[in-house]
Amino acid sequence: MRPYIIIGIFAALVGLLAVGLTLNPREVPSPLIGKPAPAFELPLLHEPERKFSQKDMLGTVWILNVWASWCPPCLAEHPIVTDLARSGVAPVVGLNYKDAREDALPWLKRNGDPYKLSVYDQAGRIGIDYGVYGVPETYVIDRKGVIRYKHIGPLTPEVAAKKIRPLIGELDGGG
Amino acid sequence: MAVARRFLLVVLLCTGALAQENPQLEDRVKDLAHELRCLVCQNQTIADSNAPLALDLRNQIREQLAAGSSDREVIDYMVARYGDFVLYRPPFKATTLALWLGPFLLLALGAFLFWRRVARRPRQEPSLSEAERAQAAKLLE
Repeated sequence: MRPYIIIGIFAALVGLLAVGLTLNPREVPSPLIGKPAPAFELPLLHEPERKFSQKDMLGTVWILNVWASWCPPCLAEHPIVTDLARSGVAPVVGLNYKDAREDALPWLKRNGDPYKLSVYDQAGRIGIDYGVYGVPETYVIDRKGVIRYKHIGPLTPEVAAKKIRPLIGELDGGG
Repeated sequence: MAVARRFLLVVLLCTGALAQENPQLEDRVKDLAHELRCLVCQNQTIADSNAPLALDLRNQIREQLAAGSSDREVIDYMVARYGDFVLYRPPFKATTLALWLGPFLLLALGAFLFWRRVARRPRQEPSLSEAERAQAAKLLE
């Protein structure tokens, strides 16, 4: 075989493996994008006797942020979530996932509570419906209640600025 | 909190023990759990993984089977939430064609190239000079 063919095959393999190395196997494409946000009705974290459903947000573009007090990356992304919520770009609803009230409430007190409200999913059932597997996770849901974007893992300033803000701007503008 | 966790653990262990009372159901749960990937530790099935999510999903399977769902329905339920990735054996469809057929195509390509190389090689008679023939004959005597 001519050497350039061998070099060609070798280069193609190296190229393939190099691309493979840059992919993140943790980022599993969600089948929920473009689908209606799974229905739930959960008690509020702060007021157990009150309930909240995803339907209460129809007509608004909103962010659903899955968090827990036992999750260090949630603490890491907290300033970014806070920044998004404070800027008023969209209301941020917290989904407190497999946590305990006595841990979650002090966590919010310590680190600040940017959420419009947090719902309390102690058993993680709603988390399963939303395909949650690595807290934190963040969803952007449009006015009709359709999931338009999902971010797995802690938010970064880049994701907030380049993905979430433009998308919400678009959804708000385009109806 | 530590006490609460321990209590929760005991409750979970007890419900696990209760569930053992129905061995047929447990077998089906186990079979299905072996077909589904744990998304936290991605190279394990949810049967092998001890991640909390794997435990939740095993409970979810048990609950659904107990409520009368078919295996297919449970698999569809998982795929609807976590995508095809949750299947430990990837399905055969358009997006996975390269995955399933690629190795066979590469094997066929390799076999073809090998065959061509072998077939092309001219069959040449060994050419020996007179002196070499004489020497060979002498050695063979």
